[in-house]
Amino acid sequence: MQPETRKRWLIGLLPLALLGGLVVLILRTGLADSVRGEAPPLEVLSFQKVELSPAGIAIEVLNDGPDPIRIAQVQVDEAYWAFTMKPAGELGRLGRARLEIPYPWVKAEAHAIRLVTSTGITFDREIPVAMTTPRPGWRFVGLFALIGLYVGVIPVALGLLWYPLVGRLGPRALGFLLALTIGLLLFLLVDAAHEGLEAVKRMPAAFQGLALFVFGISAAYLGIEAFGAWLAKRQAGAGAAWVTALLVAIGIGLHNLGEGLAIGAAIGLGEVALGRLLILGFTLHNTTEGLAIVAPIAKTPTSLSRLLLLGLVGGLPTIAGAWLGGFVYSPALSVLFLALGAGAIAQVIVQIARGMAADRPLAESLRSGPVMAGLFVGFALMYTTGMLIQ
Amino acid sequence: MKSSLSRRSLLQLAGLGSLATGVGALTGRPAAPEPAASPAMNHHARHAMGAVGRVSTETFDPMSFLRAWNFSDLPEQERGRFYRETPRPDGTLLREYELFAVDREIEIAPGVFFPAWTYNGQVPGPTLRATEGDRVRVNFVNQGSHPHTLHFHGWHSPDMDGSMPEHQVDPGERFVYEFDAEPFGLHLYHCHATPLKRHIHKGLYGAFIVDPRTPRPPADEMVMIMNGFDTNFDADNEVYAVNSVAHFHMADPIAVPLGQLVRIYLVNLTEFDLLNSFHLHGMFFRVNRTGTSLEGQELTDTLMLCQGERAILETTFRYPGLFMFHAHQSEFAELGWMGLFQAGEGSHAT
Repeated sequence: MQPETRKRWLIGLLPLALLGGLVVLILRTGLADSVRGEAPPLEVLSFQKVELSPAGIAIEVLNDGPDPIRIAQVQVDEAYWAFTMKPAGELGRLGRARLEIPYPWVKAEAHAIRLVTSTGITFDREIPVAMTTPRPGWRFVGLFALIGLYVGVIPVALGLLWYPLVGRLGPRALGFLLALTIGLLLFLLVDAAHEGLEAVKRMPAAFQGLALFVFGISAAYLGIEAFGAWLAKRQAGAGAAWVTALLVAIGIGLHNLGEGLAIGAAIGLGEVALGRLLILGFTLHNTTEGLAIVAPIAKTPTSLSRLLLLGLVGGLPTIAGAWLGGFVYSPALSVLFLALGAGAIAQVIVQIARGMAADRPLAESLRSGPVMAGLFVGFALMYTTGMLIQ
Repeated sequence: MKSSLSRRSLLQLAGLGSLATGVGALTGRPAAPEPAASPAMNHHARHAMGAVGRVSTETFDPMSFLRAWNFSDLPEQERGRFYRETPRPDGTLLREYELFAVDREIEIAPGVFFPAWTYNGQVPGPTLRATEGDRVRVNFVNQGSHPHTLHFHGWHSPDMDGSMPEHQVDPGERFVYEFDAEPFGLHLYHCHATPLKRHIHKGLYGAFIVDPRTPRPPADEMVMIMNGFDTNFDADNEVYAVNSVAHFHMADPIAVPLGQLVRIYLVNLTEFDLLNSFHLHGMFFRVNRTGTSLEGQELTDTLMLCQGERAILETTFRYPGLFMFHAHQSEFAELGWMGLFQAGEGSHAT
């Protein structure tokens, strides 16, 4: 090693070595304890999962606080109840445990779980509607696939059937249609951001849900931007329109993944009885997504197989999402996927707007009557069909 | 799909019903709901209600508290430090007690620790017992972190009441309470420093028994103080019990003799809930409210007591075996106020 290089390394590592020494000092001398004084332990417990089965109720908890927690007793519906806990004993910071409670729960009724710690602090979780939690099994794999098909794949495919129509439109009508697409996507962006921030609230504080959400949005945005550039370079012949359509499909696909996750989780957690109205709402809502995918390729001849590919990219992730949500739900997963969906949609909006503007400034291209009308109608369409699923 | 099926079966039911039994079947329900929990699970659940594990009985044993008064649970030498009897010329006794208030963490359910305020380190405080006409002198030392008092129910002068602001005994201070034990009956003592609710629910209370000059008939006697603990500061109890430990006597039944008189000194010191109750399975007991008469007033199997109310219960076990007792407020019972008598095994008759 050159003397100069060695010097650089030394200078670079010195602060780190001192930092290590400081950490040892803090841990060894009880400095932190003297700062803390006689403050009582701070107990924070987060419920990760509640599962109902014929054997009773199983819950997974996570110690989300700075101090160890010892779960001493379990109440169900204001009665102390038998339980087993694995691993037994004290839960350290971010420690997880699974409790199994042989409680004869009553189908379709509400139950309240209360964990009592060694200090008498209590943590409550409500089961609003008791239903057997789906277990990964062929019946639920099939059921979730069917739901995904209904609310994701079929509606998007139906929307794609407008492709022959949009090809026959004039430039003003096409401008309207593209703006409509942006309107639709803007609504989805708001929706994804809202859902994501809601999911952030359900996450243990230690996992810093908001940071994860912002990271997910940025990663998806930049990732799709880079993917689009790579695709444009590689498929120079296919043209920018096809790339835009594919990116829109990917964005919508990611969004539908989050949507499927939410549906799967809701069914899994027994929070929702997926009624006829809800299925109908998602179907109407998502048909407009198909329109958004074909709008960019209105003037570009596209083969049936490519159209099919677009449809699958946009719709299939709903099924994957439903499986994930139903079988391995966690608030963190939910936040991450909603963020990815939001970031992808934001990128797609920018992509379409760029295409519409071409060489003009963006503001100028947005100012025209058909475009403004399109933006408004797109948003209103989503808003109205959205009413069915809220 | 499922709903149309059940509707069809309902129509069939209705059709058959109208032929066979008229309108009765029309009110029949569609397909029977599938049971949420399996029969095996329901069987298991029968043994599943109750706190899990056992408390340590090293510092407080509910079983010995039951039948201890005037520190009779202590070895003779140690007992003398807390309780002394001196005969008086008129044949009565001077009974002197050493009581101190101290902060102490107590185990109220297995693994659940409550930051209590206690008399002599225990909740409920030691049971004091005198005979009508005895002189009672209590040397009280406050070793706790807040002002406390002793407030006795019974005849005494206002300066012995331990209730007014000037009666509060500050930490490190002492006070001597002195009065004649009367009337005979079942009474109580508790801290009357303010805020009253907190001083009581944190554990500063105990039973004060005054026996009539002519003793009651011999019996197996025990003290039960119905209490509760608010562990999460929501002005509602998370744990209910007699003598502090949730479901203690479910695992450790109270042995009582068969065919002999059993006498229970029952005091309600539950905070936050207006009422508490005592219900005994398979038998009846005679109620002597406040214990101020020699005969009971009623024969029942369920007795309701307000906060601070008490009664002496007398009964005789006819059949051997386990007899459940608990608050008839099911919520209290399932949150700890429930226990068992074991009749016929071992005798504690005096």
